[in-house]
Amino acid sequence: MAELRDLYQELILEHSKAPRNYRELKSSNRKAEGYNPLCGDRFTVYLQMQGDSIQDIGFQGSGCAISKASASMMTQSLKGKSKREAKALFDRFHKVVKGEKSTNGDQADLGKLVVFSGVSEFPARVKCATLAWHTLEAALEGKQEAVSTE
Amino acid sequence: MSTAVRFPKTAQAPIHEIVSRFDVDKVRADFPILQRRVHGHQLVYLDNAATSQKPRAVIDAIVQYYENDNANIHRGIHYLSERATHEFETARKVVQSFLNAQRASEIIFVRSATEAINLVAQTYGRVHVGADDEVLITAMEHHSNIVPWQLLCEERQAKLRVAPISDNGELILGEFESLLGAKVQSKVKIVSVGHVSNALGTVNPLRQIIAMAHARKIPVLVDGAQAAPHVPIDVQHLDCDFYAFSGHKVYGPTGIGVLYGKAGLLEAMPPYQGGGDMISSVTFEKTIYNKVPHKFEAGTPDMSGAAGLRAAIEYLNDLGMAKIAAYEHDLLSYASEKVAAIPGVRLIGTAKEKAGVLSFVVDGVHPHDVGTILDQEGIAIRTGHHCAQPVMERFGIDATARASLGLYNTKEEIDALVHGIQKVKEVFA
Repeated sequence: MAELRDLYQELILEHSKAPRNYRELKSSNRKAEGYNPLCGDRFTVYLQMQGDSIQDIGFQGSGCAISKASASMMTQSLKGKSKREAKALFDRFHKVVKGEKSTNGDQADLGKLVVFSGVSEFPARVKCATLAWHTLEAALEGKQEAVSTE
Repeated sequence: MSTAVRFPKTAQAPIHEIVSRFDVDKVRADFPILQRRVHGHQLVYLDNAATSQKPRAVIDAIVQYYENDNANIHRGIHYLSERATHEFETARKVVQSFLNAQRASEIIFVRSATEAINLVAQTYGRVHVGADDEVLITAMEHHSNIVPWQLLCEERQAKLRVAPISDNGELILGEFESLLGAKVQSKVKIVSVGHVSNALGTVNPLRQIIAMAHARKIPVLVDGAQAAPHVPIDVQHLDCDFYAFSGHKVYGPTGIGVLYGKAGLLEAMPPYQGGGDMISSVTFEKTIYNKVPHKFEAGTPDMSGAAGLRAAIEYLNDLGMAKIAAYEHDLLSYASEKVAAIPGVRLIGTAKEKAGVLSFVVDGVHPHDVGTILDQEGIAIRTGHHCAQPVMERFGIDATARASLGLYNTKEEIDALVHGIQKVKEVFA
């Protein structure tokens, strides 16, 4: 059961039950939809951009505890960040959930998001953890079509 | 009357006696994979609707085929080719009797139930379904019994009609009949319906469905992928026109499936794929097709798969399909009762007649999380939409957790499942 607790950490469970920034942003000027056809998880990420900076961010949708908590904590960690900083953070997050070794102290930079490191022991769940981030990326790029994990 | 209730009536003894005579420990010993451990626990395999495990007899039959009998069929005069042909045609006869088909030539080997349905859609369908015609399916179909018909309807500018289901997951027969339309000149040119729903476990009242369709001279294809492992099948009693099932779901190998078709229909249908074996003579000017079933078996078939499928059916015959059905019926009742009794757990699909499948949702917990936690306990279930997204939509959910039973499952394994679900609730408490 130790491994299971690595995946379902308190903070993750808490965010899955009470997701932050769980709302449609009326003021958004970018949005994207993400979909995991394997499990049916579906999220919309809303961005209010000012120039290159994320002024506000919200999300809505349905999915498992991992995908929902990941979306929730992603929104918390991105307010005020630039597009470039957001992408860099996703890159580090992606490496951590995939269990890829990093050389430049990525884990330290992740802040609270480090609770998702347990996902690396559950390869089937990596897509759950990254769905919101892929959706964010699409919103940042202004893509029109829904992104899919497949 | 549905086909599912036939087994207790035709059986020689009351169900409880049949069940007590079914030696599940002996059955389990026949399946090597059941001995393995997963995440430190004894494997509890409850994903049989996705694919079933294989008994030693099936694994041995495939090895035996390659070690002793392998050669290409229907074309050599040498000893091994004749032997391989004999094995392949014997497998066909074994399938014929498994379905109680009138003739062996009504059995076509394909890759899977999916391919069987595509075959009918692309041959019978393309001949008989035209602009403004209709194809009728039900709201509980697997994607494999939806998409082939969508492709056909798109090509022919025909309409796909869908008969609705009730809140407990049963086909609403009255609605089905009105969608069939007028007794004369119905627009519906073919009905395609699952025998047992993979997402809900519902057993459809095939005899009634088929009688209603036949009253309008509409042929019926039955997708039997989820029925073949669980209930005795008699295509003559059902009077269905086509019946499809997959080998890997009846404890046989992957890569082989069966299409049964009434001889008259098969003979009138154009070929599906072209190639060797499906012809009797070829010139650049004109090709004469082989007779059925070979007309529909272009190219070298899955010969080892046929040997494995034959072994699987013989294994089921030795146990007796009626006994298997009675044992599983008892196990499913036990599982339904135990799982439904857990607070915060809701069963999806509560039809009166069910086989093999227990779909459920846990309040406040996504099925994916249920699946991961059970997996850590060594319990394999399926989570998601089960290739039946319209069914999920019908019940207003994204996904379910699905435990699906096989003949080797036990009440102890159901208890392990219940324990696992309780663990899920603890983690998410």
